Amino acid sequence: MHWDVVFDNWPLLLQGLWTTLVYVSASLVLGLMLAIPLSIMRSSSNRFLSWPVWAFTYFFRGTPLLVQIYLIYYGLGQFESVRESFVWPVLREASWCALLGFTLNTAAYVTEILRGSIQATPYGEVEAATACGMSRAQTYRRIIMPGAFRRALPAYGNEVIFMLHGSVVAGVITILDIYGAAKKINALTYTYFESMLAAAVLYMLIVYVITRVFKRAELRWHAHLRPRTE
Amino acid sequence: MLEIVGPYLPLILKGTWVTIAVSLVSLAVACLLGLLGAWAKLSHSKLANVVADAYTTLVRGVPDLVLMTIIFFGGQIGINSLVEAMGWDIYIEIDAFTAGVVSIGFIYGAYMTETFRGAILAVPKGQIEAAVACGMTRPTIFRRVLGPQMMRFALPSFGNNWLVLLKTTALVSVLGVQELVYNAFSAGRSTREMFTFMLVVCVIYLILTTISTTALRWAEHRYSVGVRRA
Repeated sequence: MHWDVVFDNWPLLLQGLWTTLVYVSASLVLGLMLAIPLSIMRSSSNRFLSWPVWAFTYFFRGTPLLVQIYLIYYGLGQFESVRESFVWPVLREASWCALLGFTLNTAAYVTEILRGSIQATPYGEVEAATACGMSRAQTYRRIIMPGAFRRALPAYGNEVIFMLHGSVVAGVITILDIYGAAKKINALTYTYFESMLAAAVLYMLIVYVITRVFKRAELRWHAHLRPRTE
Repeated sequence: MLEIVGPYLPLILKGTWVTIAVSLVSLAVACLLGLLGAWAKLSHSKLANVVADAYTTLVRGVPDLVLMTIIFFGGQIGINSLVEAMGWDIYIEIDAFTAGVVSIGFIYGAYMTETFRGAILAVPKGQIEAAVACGMTRPTIFRRVLGPQMMRFALPSFGNNWLVLLKTTALVSVLGVQELVYNAFSAGRSTREMFTFMLVVCVIYLILTTISTTALRWAEHRYSVGVRRA
């Protein structure tokens, strides 16, 4: 074992850690912003609203993230219209493609999570809101969504961890995230075991922090579900 | 589109077959490890508890691809140094298929452990006590009483695990297993029609996941026979 390889290359790993954190958090925030309107559309009784969203989540949840990223990064360049359009300087870059793919992927999963918790809203709450004279928008803003977010919390915590795990795909398309950094260290020194183990430890640390954060969040927002302790 | 994909269809279908084979064999490994893990978690032995806890925590903290790379390359080195230490003069080579199956099985074994543990706990204790009272041995209890009843509780989570596992097999293409994504990628590269081929991959995955969900729904129905629903 040559652990010095890991310590000698710590700036590379640190840079990878930073890159992973940036990609994962950016796509999670953007994905959540997309998922909120999409989940409301998805749980609508109007077919023209719910069906396109169903198709979107069906596609992104039914295919591997790796293939989605390949489709965007290697695939879009096939079309001349894309290559000549103004978006090409953006879509040519691995980083923007990864961000786009991650965002759409997590948006699809979060949409379905939120749909489940929107539909689990006790009907009495909606009726009470209507009885109070709230408009539909007000009902969503004040009653349905706050409750839905609460109920979605545990599933969303899992999704955050899955997104982190999925983000290694960025390393496959040449981005220097944690996995990419480990790959690079290996390429420089031929120490697969040590470099990958270092990457594994970094990922585990992030997962540990995420689970702690969500445990705290559940303590705060699920306080009403805990048994009373005197 | 057909004239581009047509000549590569045998290659794509061969890849699809490999993907299905990798998935099913890994699933078998995962189920075996999952049952073993669940047994270890529920056993009274402190050592078994600790080992199983370490297994599930470690595996679920590290991304699939990182763990796969460690097992693929590390396992190769590990086995050969073990063989060398035993004084034998042979070189064992693990092919990519085996490494992929072992690592995916190992990873999803951890998820299956939690699935089976929960399902076993959900079977009423009286059932087991009655079986013991009838004088059944432990394997017989599992085969006749515990197994069939835990299926109903295990199936929803088992189904989720299977769908995630199926999509994870795309990652073994990075290790060089010539499955669906790998073959489609090389076809796309040589024809410079990557989008087309990745879209074909997506359609095949969607077909596989749709068949799976249909079969799972049937199985859930089948194993819920005799359960009254409100």
